[in-house]
Amino acid sequence: MSENVTEREVMEYDVIIVGAGPAGLACAIRLKQLKEDLMVAVIEKSAEVGAHILSGAVIEPGPLDELLPGWQDSPPPVCIPVKHDELAFLTATKRRKLPTPPQQKNHGNFIVSLGALCGWLAPKAEDLGVDIFPGYAAAGIHFLADGAVGGVIIGDMGVDREGQPKDTYMQGIEIHAPTTVLAEGCRGHLSKQLINKFKLDENSDPQAYGIGIKELWQVGPGKCQPGLVHHSIGWPLDTHTYGGSFIYHMDKDRVAVGFVCALDYSDPEFSPFEAFQQFKHHPSVKPLFEGGEILSGGARTIIEGGAQSLPKVEMPGALLIGDAAGLLNLPKIKGTHQAIRSGMLAASHLADKGTGEGFDGTLRASPIMKELHKVRNIRPGFNKGLWRGLITAGIETVTAGKLPRTLHNHADHSALKKLQDMKTVDRKWVKRELAPRDRLASVYFAATDHDEDQLVHLQILEPDVCISRCGEEYGHPCTRFCPAQVYEMVEDTDTSAGQRLQINAANCVHCKTCDIKDPYQIINWVTPEGGSGPNYQNL
Amino acid sequence: MKILVGIKRVVDYNVRIRVRPDGSGVDTDGVKMSINPFDEIALEQALRIREAGNAEEVIVVSLGGTECQQQLRTGLAMGADRAIQVDTEENLQPLTIARALLKVVEKEQVGLVILGKQAIDGDNSQTGQMLAALWDRPQATFASGLELSGDSATVTREVDAGLEKIEVDLPAVITVDLRLNEPRFVKLPDIMKAKRKPLEVIPLTDLGVASENDLLASQYAPPPVREKGIMVEDTAQLVAELKTRGLV
Repeated sequence: MSENVTEREVMEYDVIIVGAGPAGLACAIRLKQLKEDLMVAVIEKSAEVGAHILSGAVIEPGPLDELLPGWQDSPPPVCIPVKHDELAFLTATKRRKLPTPPQQKNHGNFIVSLGALCGWLAPKAEDLGVDIFPGYAAAGIHFLADGAVGGVIIGDMGVDREGQPKDTYMQGIEIHAPTTVLAEGCRGHLSKQLINKFKLDENSDPQAYGIGIKELWQVGPGKCQPGLVHHSIGWPLDTHTYGGSFIYHMDKDRVAVGFVCALDYSDPEFSPFEAFQQFKHHPSVKPLFEGGEILSGGARTIIEGGAQSLPKVEMPGALLIGDAAGLLNLPKIKGTHQAIRSGMLAASHLADKGTGEGFDGTLRASPIMKELHKVRNIRPGFNKGLWRGLITAGIETVTAGKLPRTLHNHADHSALKKLQDMKTVDRKWVKRELAPRDRLASVYFAATDHDEDQLVHLQILEPDVCISRCGEEYGHPCTRFCPAQVYEMVEDTDTSAGQRLQINAANCVHCKTCDIKDPYQIINWVTPEGGSGPNYQNL
Repeated sequence: MKILVGIKRVVDYNVRIRVRPDGSGVDTDGVKMSINPFDEIALEQALRIREAGNAEEVIVVSLGGTECQQQLRTGLAMGADRAIQVDTEENLQPLTIARALLKVVEKEQVGLVILGKQAIDGDNSQTGQMLAALWDRPQATFASGLELSGDSATVTREVDAGLEKIEVDLPAVITVDLRLNEPRFVKLPDIMKAKRKPLEVIPLTDLGVASENDLLASQYAPPPVREKGIMVEDTAQLVAELKTRGLV
């Protein structure tokens, strides 16, 4: 944030919501439904609502039924009822069906495009009088004299790579509100800042994350079976890396396919993007995609820590909702219904009490928390590997989480082993033929766009570490875990080490993996100029 | 002087477009739509002219259905004073658009029309030129430089051979190219102000312009996929391969 002597223009609202995802929009809609005179605004860094969000996704309709009764009469553009569920275990060559665990039974649920869902929710919020501002990034917090959150500061636009104003320079305004609702999604940068500042996580386990990479394919005629939901575990991951795949068959010959890897993997040479591409080449999967074409693709981190890692979700002047707080139910692989519920809960709390104070208690006493509590031991159960994890998951499911024990999460970035401590793993990965050829070919489908002449939004807090330590200790894992190939070690004879870190910030898809997984925790993701970033379509 | 700026709602330049499998057109289902980038440049120039004191009003006009009001509101947020939506559900061709714009020009007694040089969907580069001809006024197209002085304008045009400078008497039609200016960002409070600026809806039929198209696009297809090449071992093999293909 540039230090500006000129005072910024101010707009005032009763509630300012950061992020037009399902949580933020549900909160806005509910606020207006309860108190139509409230002045509510939602700011969103993407150029259009839905452009930065992606998910599988299979959603539970319950919270949507509550928010917008009768929504099924004019559903969002992509909305296919689930017809059939399967969970399978993959080896390099075989696929073995497993019994579908109750958390993954999807009868009554819908396959949607989360981006299209948000694009469908936004006009409903606007019809109720919510002001939605896509293309504006909340770059900083406006603090009051007593240290409470008083609103947000919109990022300056038209600033060049050196931080100097260009001809088009426009200073960001401030939006002041008695309550700021942070709905930035997983690892939101303002949420991260505030969690640190107010020590909201001092009584929680470290947060756990995964990276989800997704592609939307147009497959050949006759291959798509609308409503078919497939999940898998096993290959191409090893037994110490938690994750799995999804394939959701939609309409119009479109199939959504994706892969999630927990970010507490230990192999510094592991590439989540490559694991995803390998999955598509499994003999049971490849025929589906042969002859097809990719329509769009992208990546986003997923918040996996659940109940144990949930920070305090209130602070003076602000609330955390949705995945900015961390409400995703991992065994169900669903977070949207929780996000919508939390947005509605925050809205009713605010409408009722006129302040966010007490929201943490309200959330923890709610069905949202109950749902998280029930499955709290499943994710950490996998810290001991796939087989122990499956056993723990089985026990926890059968006992509905009632056993008087709570397993704990560990920090993802500290789980990375050093190169010298790592034994090479034979992953049985194959030579690939399906698109995309590599990460650069893949990032094309994210249609990500950044003005090259702006400050690099990926801050390296101690740049020497990259050259002096990381190469030897971890082999520059950032060049592998970033799904968009933002980070590259390039030859540079001008430096003493003969190489330097090059940050291709324009490729960034805003997934936040680097901010999470970097073993030294020196990468700080901040928001680039509003409107920049991916332009996801139907993801 | 009133300036009329035409803006068109087009598929956003960032979208990876696809041809519909049945060849009937580009798939616009759920894709992001924006103001044609050249039209933004046109509007920016009009606003600068007004800010320099050489015009009192900037009017933005768009032809299309209710959706194009989104783009008109963005135009108002950038600084235009008034907006006109010429309402039609038809896919219009440049000649029809030019005829409709002429009616608006005459109704509003406009002193200058600034348009983008072409729309990024049709890429026709015809509307401005046709409007000038129908209006029987001068045209200065592909402008990368523009100076007003009294009743005339000096326009630097980007042409194939380089840059050409011409002087045209106003009223005139100017179409703008990329290097003319960089459009301003929209300030948040201006988005709110734009909601209260006047937006008039005029059905196309009310302008007395027929919307029948003389041209029908019968088929759309993506360019053929580039064939995989072969690696040759040496020059001899290269020559042999070229000969087999009848290229030498």
